[in-house]
Amino acid sequence: MAFAVEARDVEKRFGGVRALAGVSLAVEKGEFFALLGPNGAGKTTLISALGGLVLPDAGSLAVMGHDVQRDFRAARSAVGIVPQEIVFDPFFTVRETLEIQSGYFGLRDNGKWIDELLDRLALASKARANMRSLSGGMKRRVMVAQALVHRPPVIVLDEPTAGVDVELRQTLWSFVRGLNAAGHTIVLTTHYLEEAQQLCTRIAMMKEGRIVALDSTANLLASFSERVLRVKLARGSLPPELEAGAVAAPGGWWRVPVEDVAHVESVLARLRAVGAEVASLEVAEPELEQVFVKIMRREDAA
Amino acid sequence: MTGFPTLLYKEVLRFWKVSFQTVAAPVLTTLLYLVVFAHALEGHVQAFPGVSYVQFLVPGLAMMAMLQNAFANSSSSLIQSKITGNIVFILLPPIAAGEIFGAYLIASMVRGLVVGIGVFAATLWMIPLPVPNPFWVIAFAVVGCGMLGTMGIIAGIWSEKFDQLAAFQNFLVMPLTFLAGVFYSMHSLPPFWQAVSRLNPFFYAIDGFRYGFFGQSDVSPWVSLAIATGAFAVLSWSTLLLLRRGYKLRH
Repeated sequence: MAFAVEARDVEKRFGGVRALAGVSLAVEKGEFFALLGPNGAGKTTLISALGGLVLPDAGSLAVMGHDVQRDFRAARSAVGIVPQEIVFDPFFTVRETLEIQSGYFGLRDNGKWIDELLDRLALASKARANMRSLSGGMKRRVMVAQALVHRPPVIVLDEPTAGVDVELRQTLWSFVRGLNAAGHTIVLTTHYLEEAQQLCTRIAMMKEGRIVALDSTANLLASFSERVLRVKLARGSLPPELEAGAVAAPGGWWRVPVEDVAHVESVLARLRAVGAEVASLEVAEPELEQVFVKIMRREDAA
Repeated sequence: MTGFPTLLYKEVLRFWKVSFQTVAAPVLTTLLYLVVFAHALEGHVQAFPGVSYVQFLVPGLAMMAMLQNAFANSSSSLIQSKITGNIVFILLPPIAAGEIFGAYLIASMVRGLVVGIGVFAATLWMIPLPVPNPFWVIAFAVVGCGMLGTMGIIAGIWSEKFDQLAAFQNFLVMPLTFLAGVFYSMHSLPPFWQAVSRLNPFFYAIDGFRYGFFGQSDVSPWVSLAIATGAFAVLSWSTLLLLRRGYKLRH
């Protein structure tokens, strides 16, 4: 069975910069996959290579088993890419834009699906508005609709929520979740790591054109992130054995690492033993952000 | 052929939506040239026997407008799409290089031909022309617009900024059209400049086009058609090669 997306040893140089230094990666059909990394890690270059906008120097890419160079028609029909930058054609209305985009994929009678897209992306009232007159968030939604006119099995979103308000972000994610539930494979890049943590089942982290981590979200969190007990004392102080591992946080909080919930119990017992009184406490779940920072630091050190 | 019909439709719609600027304006400019040059030169220049200077001028000016607008259409569409970034919407779908070429080319030719028709529609009632050979008129109109539409695609692909495109237009297209015998018969030139004119492919497009109207020309229309078609073919082949390689479009 072919993968939804497969990259094999993809290399790309722009002048002296190695944008992709041998990237291999496979995304299964139906996955919700995140591609994370700092700016300049090569995420957008990889996505562009997948869409044929960038021609790799070496290696190969395939979408649903179709090579993006040799079998470009099948490959490009199978993928819908939402580019990172907001771009639009000022000559046309929203509806014209979507009708034209459908035509590029050889779809002549796509009205029903266009109506549905407009409806689900809350654009129906703007269907006859010129693209120029839309706000940035609306233009972004039109771009999402443009990437979906041909109902591609693979959908790639390159930082779709950068600079987007909360409401739109939520509309967008519930829409994309629905598409994923309906069987579409989703590949996503974002700088909002909590979004990736909530949405994605598997994560690849890139740095300087390489994949530096690739695992399920759960495994990454388990192996790189720890639970933390956040505790604030009304009276007394931390016993020395706890203080050694703890980190002071603003507002009188302490962050005490814990392994699991049972461990919390023993921490509290020790606090009681030294007569400290707890004013407030919470158990912080593992965060992808910590994982990300640790992996990037590890790479810096290496 | 998946995206070709739509891309062609979009390219035609693009200029048609602003036809005041893309069709009416060049027709008006051409009429101004006609009025000014006819007034200044009538009686001073006799290009062909039995043909008044104003009559002589009309097909040449019409062809000049057609050539310039065919060039402007593809080149401005491409540079705008590249600079605004919406070229990705054409590059991401499964549209082959040949389809992109065909759509931009034919849309440019349509614009050139519409401008040409506009010029004749505006002048024929004042300046009647005989047109003994409509075949040549149509053949040279098509080949001339094709040649410049193709050049426009090359210029649009190559240019990264508007001023680079403007340089292409001002230092190549404008001189070649102005020096292609729009305002004079080549035979009125000194031998050296006659020889130089013969290197200019635009000259053949205009000379052959004029033959269709008057049955007279500086060069045999067959020779002109062969050279203009040859130039069109070479330009088309080069453009297709650039598009296939993704030159300056796919990095």
